[in-house]
Amino acid sequence: MASIFVHNLQELRRSASLATKVFIQRDYSDGTICQFQTKFPPELDSRIERQLFEETVKTLNGFYAEAEKIGGSSYLEGCLACATAYFIFLCMETHYEKVLKKISRYIQEQNEKIFAPRGLLLTDPVERGMRVIEISIYEDRCSSGSSSSGSSSGSGSSSAGGGGAGAR
Amino acid sequence: MSVMVVRKKVTRKWEKLPGRNTFCCDGRVMMARQKGIFYLTLFLILGTCTLFFAFECRYLAVQLSPAIPVFAAVLFLFSMATLLRTSFSDPGVIPRALPDEAAFIEMEIEATNGAVPQGQRPPPRIKNFQINNQIVKLKYCYTCKIFRPPRASHCSICDNCVERFDHHCPWVGNCVGKRNYRYFYLFILSLSLLTIYVFAFNIVYVALKSLKIGFLETLKETPGTVLEVLICFFTLWSVVGLTGFHTFLVALNQTTNEDIKGSWTGKNRIQNPYSHGNIVKNCCEVLCGPLPPSVLDRRGILPLEESGSRPPSTQETSSSLLPQSPVPTEQLNSNEMPEDTSTPEEIPPPEPPEPPREAAEAEK
Repeated sequence: MASIFVHNLQELRRSASLATKVFIQRDYSDGTICQFQTKFPPELDSRIERQLFEETVKTLNGFYAEAEKIGGSSYLEGCLACATAYFIFLCMETHYEKVLKKISRYIQEQNEKIFAPRGLLLTDPVERGMRVIEISIYEDRCSSGSSSSGSSSGSGSSSAGGGGAGAR
Repeated sequence: MSVMVVRKKVTRKWEKLPGRNTFCCDGRVMMARQKGIFYLTLFLILGTCTLFFAFECRYLAVQLSPAIPVFAAVLFLFSMATLLRTSFSDPGVIPRALPDEAAFIEMEIEATNGAVPQGQRPPPRIKNFQINNQIVKLKYCYTCKIFRPPRASHCSICDNCVERFDHHCPWVGNCVGKRNYRYFYLFILSLSLLTIYVFAFNIVYVALKSLKIGFLETLKETPGTVLEVLICFFTLWSVVGLTGFHTFLVALNQTTNEDIKGSWTGKNRIQNPYSHGNIVKNCCEVLCGPLPPSVLDRRGILPLEESGSRPPSTQETSSSLLPQSPVPTEQLNSNEMPEDTSTPEEIPPPEPPEPPREAAEAEK
């Protein structure tokens, strides 16, 4: 299945050219926890519905909040790790790493279903040092080449996106 | 034929990372460039404990209890494990902005400040954020081309921005930041306990043996005891003091950097917005909270077409600012944030325990 996504992404890259990139910055209003601003960037105005975009960012913020949640299970993990002088991390994944895997699956899914058909590509924030969500905006060479013809040209050039694999 | 192709050398990302770190074990280990004092730390701990196990433990295990060397071994192994974890792990380095991102941020800054005429130094770039009803400023890092998250700071020794930067510790040969602060704290705590333990049992050993064969004879039989007592005595004052200071910081959820700069003290300054107000909660968060993984991806494989063009990232920085890369960081830091040229990032070797100790005493 992954090979199909990579193939479709290669098709997207061949038929579309990168027009510009938009960077969604971090939102520090709740402290140092990982959250991204839900402010809708004007460059995406003609490409995607505001509500879809905000929903994606809010879901991502929810995942990060889950990863960084301070509670009973995280204390237990921390104490257990300390008791084993942190050797347990050689065989066990931390809770944070598990959630990051969930996030990358979610981003791949969102790219396939929502963003690639509109000629957009989300990059996992982990690949940008958790600083920004990078959204690449592609223009389709096959069509008239104008960036305003978002969804119709996007759906012609790629069917399933597979953005996550390509971003690595 | 296919075996020949597989054996071609791959370029991993750590080989092209900017900053002044050294990497070992194909990117698994990450340290600062100057490691001399770290080797001294290792030598002192290993040497003292070897002498202790070889001489005093044999006598005390028989005369008092075999639990003595066992407990010493547990403390020794725990402190070595936490030392190596602190020294070898990524302290929370924030990767530098890629060119697209840096250009995007520059555009945003120019949109808010207006373009700066050629040849003039740009004004300090600061963004204000409100955290828990208090205004916190985010500063722009000219080297990394990012707005630093709150509590992050740029280490001039390693030339990286580090999240929740505490200080650069030459004794562990690495920065202490968000990802390795708990290991550092556990290291100094276990080292304090180990030092007290070894010191105490050396005294007990000398006392017990002197009753049988006399004080001078005891010292002649195991001259290592004198060396151990001396090392432990001096280590006690510095490491135990440092542990006390860091316990104080953990209880208040502060970093050494913030404490030395006086970020949250004084009437005109804001209160620490990261503290939960409760000592237990602060300790739990700092020591047992969730541990974010490293975002550096040191062992990722660079695609072939990028591996030749990566080095310009450091050269770009230097050519766009000034000829030599260490100098512009210092100059621009002094331009934008005069207080950032203070000691935490450049503590000279013999001094690390003293400023925190003085601060701890001043607190009393």
